[in-house]
Amino acid sequence: MSQTESARATSSSFDVAAVRRDFPILKTTVHDKPLVYLDSAASAQKPQVVIDAERRVYEESYANVHRGVHQLSMRATDLYEGARVKVQKLLKAASHKEIVFTRGTTEAVNLVASSYGRRHVGAGDEVLITGLEHHSNIVPWQMLCEEKGARLRVAPLNDAGEVVFEELERLITPRTRIVSVAHVSNALGTVLPIARIVAAAHAQGVPVFVDGAQSVPRLPVDVRALGCDFYAFSGHKAYGPSGTGVLYGRADLLSSMPPYQGGGDMILSVTFEKTIYNDIPYKFEAGTPNIAGAIALGTAVDYMTALGLEAIHSYEDELLAYGTERLATVPGLTLIGTAAEKTGVLSFVLDGVHPHDIGTVLDYEGIAIRTGHHCAQPVMDRFGIPATARASLAFYNTREEIDALVLGLHKVREMFA
Amino acid sequence: MTHELRELYQEVILDHGKRPRNLREIEGARHKADGYNPLCGDRATIYLTLEGDVVKDASFVGKGCSISTASASMMTEAIKGKTRAEAEALFERFHALVTGEAPAVGAPALGKLEVFSGVSEFPVRVKCASLPWHTLKAALQGEAAAVSTETGAE
Repeated sequence: MSQTESARATSSSFDVAAVRRDFPILKTTVHDKPLVYLDSAASAQKPQVVIDAERRVYEESYANVHRGVHQLSMRATDLYEGARVKVQKLLKAASHKEIVFTRGTTEAVNLVASSYGRRHVGAGDEVLITGLEHHSNIVPWQMLCEEKGARLRVAPLNDAGEVVFEELERLITPRTRIVSVAHVSNALGTVLPIARIVAAAHAQGVPVFVDGAQSVPRLPVDVRALGCDFYAFSGHKAYGPSGTGVLYGRADLLSSMPPYQGGGDMILSVTFEKTIYNDIPYKFEAGTPNIAGAIALGTAVDYMTALGLEAIHSYEDELLAYGTERLATVPGLTLIGTAAEKTGVLSFVLDGVHPHDIGTVLDYEGIAIRTGHHCAQPVMDRFGIPATARASLAFYNTREEIDALVLGLHKVREMFA
Repeated sequence: MTHELRELYQEVILDHGKRPRNLREIEGARHKADGYNPLCGDRATIYLTLEGDVVKDASFVGKGCSISTASASMMTEAIKGKTRAEAEALFERFHALVTGEAPAVGAPALGKLEVFSGVSEFPVRVKCASLPWHTLKAALQGEAAAVSTETGAE
């Protein structure tokens, strides 16, 4: 089947062949084989428009932002602030002031744990997370709890890799100060019922932080419909530049929070006696930001929006269903993570073959997957395994690439099993 | 299969990976150490019985990829009958082999362990091959602490 035919067979509305032409790296070869990139959950590839946007900033519009009266600085500022509005619209936030640019999701979690957390979490208090969190949504809270003498509580998973909602609800106590959960698990692909979790937390007056690193690239997200208080994502997983990211925070919460880092741009006036902090979001953007990166992230948002998050989601879900069905034909293969609500990720183990060996052999077939614990060691412990092999999907992947993966896995089995 | 891949996964390595030798505990072993590679979750516990300065028995238990399992298996075979100093010199020679460095002057011959030469083409797999050896070093020195590939052991 040609790529175009494959696209038609998969989805009448989604032209994957055209989309693939937008991503220059997809033309490269690895070990003389065409690249099959199934590691987008680790980091997504970039469309030409994003690469061009970042380059064009430096060629045509680069200067520092919020500082100069000169033409270039104003142009750069307009583009940078324009990117903020694009992100606001993507997340359906009420105001662009609720969008803080960060280095990524990790920095956003640290910002909230440090600023909101230090102010509101005290000795004997509790922070609630779930058993499927990425290390970046565990460690900052652990550090906060250690500093404050607070307790980190963890909502358990069932065997499918879903958070047991009743347990999570039970763990929201009068001592809970914040709930922090992933929208989509990076290791298993489980989609969490955020609106339900938010309702349960808000019923006890507890705010909710959502790690959207895996959801923003693949699901339509509406922070007001979800009702969450904070929402974060990484630019590099959303087809934008690495080193960019976003924290959404409700305006009243952000306004009441102390700054995270001190420096330029986050102040209104400084004397040696007293500093008056800037308004949100600038209060949280100390120093010169990743200007060109943020602007190119805005272009990535435009690109995803033009494709349509609904269309992206339904295409990727079809691919996931196809991949789930095809992987089941590989003898000795067990999927880890079989949640009813799942997206984008096929995590698996193969009898008698370590994930590391799977990864090395597949690499020689041109197939890039992730092997290891996926920065989610507690998830591996929950399933009693040291590691998994993980194929993660993006809208530029095809059924043929899934077929190549399955063929590669048969070769792996011939070698090791 | 390509040349490099065949060099990495030589028959001897695949064999020891599937059917590791000396895969057992030594009860009451006075020399024992745990090794851990947090990047891939590989674990190896090395057990040694020494008589004076000589390794009388060596074994391991653990979970790992074919490279680390084969390395542990072949290491336990290679060090039996060696003195501490000989075992450590063998590790140094082995380490030079898998990292593609020139062996030191007067380094011991590797014998069967030469099959790991292909690892040098795969920098991310060097830690797989060397984890059992780092752990062995700790066991020889009678260190109780766990060895991690991510705390400067490599």
